[in-house]
Amino acid sequence: MDEKKIEVLVCSGTLCYLMGGSELQLLSECLPPDLRGKVDVKGSPCLDFCNHPKNGRPPFATINGRCIAQASVSLLIAEIRKEIKG
Amino acid sequence: MLIRRELITRVVRLLIENRLEEGINRIPLEMRPRKNGSVRCCVHKDRAVIKYKLMALLGYNISDEVDELTPLSDYARMANQRTELTDTVLTVVDEACSSCRKTSYQVTNMCRGCVARPCMVNCPKDAIKFVDGQASIDHTTCVNCGQCLKVCPFHAIVYMPVPCEEACPVGAISKGDDGVESIDITKCINCGKCMTACPFGAVMEKSHLVEIFRNKREGKKLVAMVAPAIAGQFNADMGKILHSFKELGFDYVYEVAEGADITTKLEAAELQERLESGAPFMTTSCCPAYTQLVDKHIEQLKPYVSHTHTPMYYSAQVARHNHPNDVLVFVSPCPAKRWESFHDPNVDYTLSFEEYGAWMVAAGIDVSALRSTDIDKFPSAEGRGFGASGGVTQAVKALAPSTLKITDIQINGIDKAAIRQLKSFPKSCPGNFVEVMTCEGGCIGGCNVISNPKVALRQLKQAVEAAPSIVSIEV
Repeated sequence: MDEKKIEVLVCSGTLCYLMGGSELQLLSECLPPDLRGKVDVKGSPCLDFCNHPKNGRPPFATINGRCIAQASVSLLIAEIRKEIKG
Repeated sequence: MLIRRELITRVVRLLIENRLEEGINRIPLEMRPRKNGSVRCCVHKDRAVIKYKLMALLGYNISDEVDELTPLSDYARMANQRTELTDTVLTVVDEACSSCRKTSYQVTNMCRGCVARPCMVNCPKDAIKFVDGQASIDHTTCVNCGQCLKVCPFHAIVYMPVPCEEACPVGAISKGDDGVESIDITKCINCGKCMTACPFGAVMEKSHLVEIFRNKREGKKLVAMVAPAIAGQFNADMGKILHSFKELGFDYVYEVAEGADITTKLEAAELQERLESGAPFMTTSCCPAYTQLVDKHIEQLKPYVSHTHTPMYYSAQVARHNHPNDVLVFVSPCPAKRWESFHDPNVDYTLSFEEYGAWMVAAGIDVSALRSTDIDKFPSAEGRGFGASGGVTQAVKALAPSTLKITDIQINGIDKAAIRQLKSFPKSCPGNFVEVMTCEGGCIGGCNVISNPKVALRQLKQAVEAAPSIVSIEV
């Protein structure tokens, strides 16, 4: 049976882009070999995290629905590994 | 970069609410509250740096300050009454600077004090002595040749650059006796590489935001002229990006890619004429940092630079003809274009890509969620392609007659090595058409861009594919 992929949603809202979020669009190609095929990366319209200060600072992404603030490619890779380990 | 963008967003928010004078003094306090710790030595230093960065966003040189007690609200009031701009585009925030040591080689504690002592033996100026068993460089005699770094078997010697000086391709930024950097405007080509390189954000671009909003408040109509590289800045198609300007309050929007089509037509004709009359080569002229480079530093290359004007020039001509009494705002990827806009007879103000993005955030506009506006008149695919390196070449080749044999060369980013190469061209140029872009990747790599250039290039390609070929439209 196929292992369920980790779902990463990258916010493409204006604020996230302005605060460096465009880099996150490169996540798929920056994944280390052991994570390739295990992660499904998708872009998303504004995820609306930016309107609630408790969520932290942009850019935002989600990993299996969990909000990641101040996301960077390296942070997302680290968080994906945590998610896999459970 | 992120602090600058937050500052721009806060300033624009106050401008939208028409409370700049009342609100601007609070920004340093809001961004650095007393109990939230500081980035620099203390919260007061952080606030002072923010104050001076805001001064640049109000359109002032930091060196314009005559009294340190002048509050930002006074500068805001004076900016609102200001009628004249200058062509000094970049300003150094001295409060944020002076943290870098002069460029030097330093011995780290990795030095083992070895017996062979290759650093000392190879130093051509005898600047290295051994003190307490470790190498020590005498900086009064060291000439920064780097020999010691190359020969140390323990990699114990490091090179400590001054990032802004290292990035400046023309030696226009340097330290004064007080350790603070200053820009020599007689040498500066306004490329903005110092602004990108400084990790303290100490170089700022002066803004025209106050003027743009004042004109809007006075009921003037605003005309946006968007540089081709804008197509890559957000995860949105060109129709949405054009529509976003209407949402921001602009009355008309022009794609400067239409001006690029005129540039292409005239540049292709000029290239043909020059080559047929025996000229060895011609270089492009659409990058104003490059043309300033030639004017100020490579005089011998001047006769080979195309006389065709930039896409912005032609777009502004058309826009001014259509809107004689309106305010023309060029939406720009870099400070060099701001400098060019100042000298253009038809452009009134410049809005950087960063300022455009910050304005949308302040206005609560998500560009990707907007409807896509219908584009009445498409520019050509080649015109849109001017936003990336190789675009001008591709466009000129498309319109030049097939009998004209074009051997193209691309200078994709200006640094010291590229300048040496350009200086050699009048004596020997390996091609007959030289495209020069000061920023690597072209305008999508400009220092005001929002999007990663790799991501921007993908987005730009989609905008190019959506437009017709230049050979199929009437220019």
